[in-house]
Amino acid sequence: MTVTKKLWIGIGVLIILTPLGLILPDYFKAGDAWGEWEADTIQKLVGYVPQGIEKLSVLWKKNSLFPDYCFKGWDDKAIWPYQSFAYIIAAIVGIAVISSIVFFLGKFLAKNND
Amino acid sequence: MHIPDGYLSPVTCAVGAAVMLPVWTVAAKKVKETLKAREVPYLAVGAAFSFVIMMFNVPIPGGSTGHGVGGVLLAILLGPWAACIAVTVALVTQALLFGDGGVTCIGVNCFNMAFVLPFVGYYVYRLISAGSDAGSNRRWIAAGIGGYVGICVAALVAGIELGVQPLFWHTANGQALYCPYGLNVSVPAMAGGHMMVFGWVDFVMTALVVKYLQKQDSFFLKEGR
Repeated sequence: MTVTKKLWIGIGVLIILTPLGLILPDYFKAGDAWGEWEADTIQKLVGYVPQGIEKLSVLWKKNSLFPDYCFKGWDDKAIWPYQSFAYIIAAIVGIAVISSIVFFLGKFLAKNND
Repeated sequence: MHIPDGYLSPVTCAVGAAVMLPVWTVAAKKVKETLKAREVPYLAVGAAFSFVIMMFNVPIPGGSTGHGVGGVLLAILLGPWAACIAVTVALVTQALLFGDGGVTCIGVNCFNMAFVLPFVGYYVYRLISAGSDAGSNRRWIAAGIGGYVGICVAALVAGIELGVQPLFWHTANGQALYCPYGLNVSVPAMAGGHMMVFGWVDFVMTALVVKYLQKQDSFFLKEGR
């Protein structure tokens, strides 16, 4: 088996394990990453929502395809199995998009080097 | 470490983009000169690896979460400029498709995670592993330390970018317009969290993958990058 194939199998295993990235923080009652809070969390933390955050936080995120690697409207569903399933689909979609872009960009840039 | 929309002033975002435009230009040029066509599939797997590793949120019990990035690993195996491009593609996709990291601050997030992180980590690795054999213990230990230092310095830089916001941008009555926490809070939170917990994810996986490749295929480690 080629090394590339082995590496892709490794990526496949990681994709299946990604729900751990939701389940463990939930189990250990850990919140958002520092500095990545939603407006209502900031309201609780500092007592007000800074104007820039109020205006700009609604600019894109809610319009993205999978906000927070979840299907739209699934964010209050149970982490297991619903959000975990969405997380795996998000991982597959993200990897398909990213590896295709990098592959074609890389081929384009490296076309003269063999 | 994905700064969302609204946490940085438009000026900070513009500076980030202005710094990254020439970096991306040089990166494209360097990759064109040095990346071999047969290495492209590895770069594609590498970008996928960085993306998926960032989905593993690691909890500090009762506190915040964070994750590894994997950018230093890519820099060690394929060169820091190739790593810059791969991580940039991952970050832009995260912002556009998943709302992870703001679209207005893509330049700043790329500066932190696609430029500072791989380059700092790569040069720490080069410094520690200088003169060592491709199969030596010093190589994988240097890779681990490079991975750790790269993400910790990137987190420190992100902490500074967030922490200067209330200094420069606030309302007349002192309310912050963007990130509400100053340097005294943001720097210990960002740098400390990564030094104590999240940085070790990058330490372990960078060291492990390099050790694995030493046994499997030391082609990447012999190349004089």
